[in-house]
Amino acid sequence: MYMKELIYMDNSATTRISSEVLDSMMPYLTTGYGNPSSIYSIGRESRKAVENARELVAKALSCDTNEIYFTSGGSESDNWAIKGVAFANENKGKHIITTSIEHHAVLHTCKYLEKYGFEITYLPVKSNGIIDINDLKKAIRKDTILISIMYANNEIGSIQPIKEIGEIAKENNIYFHTDAVQAIGNIPINLKELNIDLLSLSAHKFHGPKGVGVLYIRKGVKISNMIHGGGQEKNMRAGTENVAGIVGLGKAIELATIDIEKKSKYLITLRERLIKGIMESIPDTILNGDPINRLPGNVNVCFKYIEGESILLLLDMKGICASSGSACTSGSLNPSHVLLAIGLPHEIAHGSLRLTLSEENTQEEIEYVLETLPPIIQNLRNMSPLINEK
Amino acid sequence: MEDYSKKVMDHFFNPRNVGEIEDADGIGEVGNPRCGDIMRMYIKVKENIITDIKFKTFGCGAAVATSSMVTEMVKGKNINEALEITNKQVAEALDGLPPVKMHCSNLAEAGIKAAIDDYYKKNGKGK
Repeated sequence: MYMKELIYMDNSATTRISSEVLDSMMPYLTTGYGNPSSIYSIGRESRKAVENARELVAKALSCDTNEIYFTSGGSESDNWAIKGVAFANENKGKHIITTSIEHHAVLHTCKYLEKYGFEITYLPVKSNGIIDINDLKKAIRKDTILISIMYANNEIGSIQPIKEIGEIAKENNIYFHTDAVQAIGNIPINLKELNIDLLSLSAHKFHGPKGVGVLYIRKGVKISNMIHGGGQEKNMRAGTENVAGIVGLGKAIELATIDIEKKSKYLITLRERLIKGIMESIPDTILNGDPINRLPGNVNVCFKYIEGESILLLLDMKGICASSGSACTSGSLNPSHVLLAIGLPHEIAHGSLRLTLSEENTQEEIEYVLETLPPIIQNLRNMSPLINEK
Repeated sequence: MEDYSKKVMDHFFNPRNVGEIEDADGIGEVGNPRCGDIMRMYIKVKENIITDIKFKTFGCGAAVATSSMVTEMVKGKNINEALEITNKQVAEALDGLPPVKMHCSNLAEAGIKAAIDDYYKKNGKGK
């Protein structure tokens, strides 16, 4: 299959690296191989490149450069934020609040901390995938040291009330971490206006390279190191910097946040056409997540009576890349914890399809998907033993 | 993710013997919608030979492919031969399944057995 024929609608899994980003990285994968800690010229060049990228990130998030720490990606940033705050503040308390729909990088980190005597409250979400702010207020205890709630959900796209959560955290003197991996580059984020203490992001979700991310740590936050070794990242995160990756991240976040309102609007237009088209042409379909408070490029639906992996294989035959929350695609016997948390029964959750858009998708691609999808669903339903009660 | 074999893909994209048999002599249903796969087998039996077989499956690529493959393996066989078919044979006939999908082949074996069981019950033969 030719690349141009590929219709890529799995941008929440990862994105295509943009040519401008790749170009910015190439010098540091070739001639500019110096270690940023070295004193000679090519070392200093690398140092400059890393610090320039840090400035680009700080500018994109409206924060200070010395609040930006480079990591190996979203999972490391989440691990560091949660374990780092937990271990540095356990003298104050051992209670953490999160939600039941977090990414596994957060959920499994919290589970790990339970083994070390930390108590975790997993807030439920409403059927639209958004927390009830009163549940959060009620969950706060004297020994709560951290609230970790994702900005926007990777599966169903629901956006949490981050501003309100930040205010509540601040009033109660509790650190607030948000996994913003899916939000960055899709919705505007201004750290000056939000009481966020720690924020995770990952470059490959906004047309940057894989294997590089950021943890934003607000000045004054008490946090332990996770990666011990050399003095990189102001003695906070050891390891020779991934210079090319960091440069790529800087370029990518710059590009992703220019004209973000315009980009959001474009994605919402595509998304709404796609949702409307699917709901109109395919009966027994459920839209998952909030219809309005959702990521601009996120479409997540469940088709009753059929299973997700089968849909993906048939879409792949037609050149369409998508994902599902079915058990078979997760490698376990249970469907996605997010779909279960919004109250879907197992058999319906197995039939989920997620299409996530980027600004590289076109109106024509949306129409192609809308032509291709209904016969695929019909074909699978014809084969389904769950549907012969007519 | 791990690749399916060409045979699995062939049986998934062109499943054999999909459908229902209106006057089936035995119907077996196995699996659980909670786990994401259900297989229903319909058989016609004449003089101890499975003369026709059809299936309906809710499930992943491997579930559909194993359903399809097992119907091909069983068609025309006598009941005793059909009862001897194992998960392993179904998986091998498909040139293997990824490890996480091996349980799908269990359903194929169990589906055939359930259909034959039902046939026995309907004909008062017991096991």
